[in-house]
Amino acid sequence: MKGFGRYMIFLGSLFVRRETFKTYYNLTLEECIQIGIKSILLFMLVSTFMGAVTTLQTAANLVSPFVPKFVISQVVREMTVLELAPTIMAIIYAGKVGSSMSGGLGTMRITEQIDALEVMGINSASYLVLPKIVASLMMFPLLVIVAAVCSMVGGYLAGTLTEILTPTEYIYGIRYAFNEYFITFALIKSFVFAFLISSISSFQGYYTQGGALEVGISSTQAVTTSIIAVLLADYLLAYLLL
Amino acid sequence: MIKINNISKSFADKVILNGISGEFDKGKTNLIIGSSGTGKSVLLKCIVGLLHPDTGTVFYDSRNFTEADKDLKAEIRREIGMLFQGGALFDSKNVEENVMFPLDILTKMPQAEKIDRVNFCLKRVGLEGVNKKMPSEISGGMKKRVGIARAIVNNPNYLFCDEPNSGLDPQTSIVIDELIMEITHEFDITTVVVTHDMNSVMGIGEKIMFLFKGDKLWEGSNLDIMNSGVKELDDFVFTNKIMKNLKKGIV
Repeated sequence: MKGFGRYMIFLGSLFVRRETFKTYYNLTLEECIQIGIKSILLFMLVSTFMGAVTTLQTAANLVSPFVPKFVISQVVREMTVLELAPTIMAIIYAGKVGSSMSGGLGTMRITEQIDALEVMGINSASYLVLPKIVASLMMFPLLVIVAAVCSMVGGYLAGTLTEILTPTEYIYGIRYAFNEYFITFALIKSFVFAFLISSISSFQGYYTQGGALEVGISSTQAVTTSIIAVLLADYLLAYLLL
Repeated sequence: MIKINNISKSFADKVILNGISGEFDKGKTNLIIGSSGTGKSVLLKCIVGLLHPDTGTVFYDSRNFTEADKDLKAEIRREIGMLFQGGALFDSKNVEENVMFPLDILTKMPQAEKIDRVNFCLKRVGLEGVNKKMPSEISGGMKKRVGIARAIVNNPNYLFCDEPNSGLDPQTSIVIDELIMEITHEFDITTVVVTHDMNSVMGIGEKIMFLFKGDKLWEGSNLDIMNSGVKELDDFVFTNKIMKNLKKGIV
């Protein structure tokens, strides 16, 4: 509870003694490049294989001749949009971006760079962390959309190249009984996950004390705490919104 | 001038500072000295506001910093420059961007003027042609110089240096010390240096405060430190055999 209290105070401190809009604008753009552009290839690679494997495994489990083959791509779509794209990508995001945020801030703390900002009269939490959270809120939903598309493309390639189903069957399954609300649901999840991962990771890094060993510990804690928070939020959002 | 009045600070049950009072004069290099763990850096952090003292007040030219509202605190902080132990340069910025950073954040100076000011400060600390180098590409001594350039770029009235020559060879240490002293006199600022380096104490200690286990035991200058009559200070100054023999000779 003490940790949660500190986390809430930390979040509150992001919005006091702010710098100019231009400062945040430039910092947020830099973070968007760090978070978005530098992560996109990994996201595309993972999600493409994720879709491909989902197609092959679904096909292997659907042995009944009474189940039409387009159901395979329908399953791929639902799994991708509802769970794989937002949640699995959030876990990868925590591992790649969250640990980097925590490690970066932790290093700044132990090398007194954060103290240097404070001495200049800058609210270091707001200056360093707010752009990371805003950039995450902007970039992670986009990464989830890219991942969802890549996953379905991966499923298409795996399904058609191995002749499990024809391109027409795959496209038909992707479009069959499509519920648009699931996209909204996935995007809501992605915003929540982006906030949780970026804020928790920054919190862990910002309050690092000690040396290089503690920076490593903070990064590990950032990833594990973020993943647990994502999984809890995932369950809660599914319970509330579906 | 900076005046501190009855500064105390504890962490959990451990008392680090025990009612420290004193003054740091304008235009002088004021040193806070003492062995490791005596509370020098904690005192410095209380003075610059990185830590809030449990009791006591800090005055910057009669302005009460400890109890100031956020506007006055921000105003005073704009007048502070600080050199950290490891330089504390921002890893993601090059030398020029590091030095320019206070101007970017705290002023509305035109870009050309900022570049002129940065070049002036880098030249002043003896660093030219390194503007585009990253902190990882320069030596420890150069990092300290860049740190000094960043500390003075916004024309501070108060300069704080936390262990400015830690990790440097004796020759570079003297160069950094002399630079700090020259800048103090040239810009007529109040400089406070935390150190346990005896070369610094003897070289630039125009006014010295000696801390021992959280208490201020002695105050004076480098000229009278040899004959302070304070046992703890003598133990600190005359640490090795040669110095002890020297002391016997002097006394």
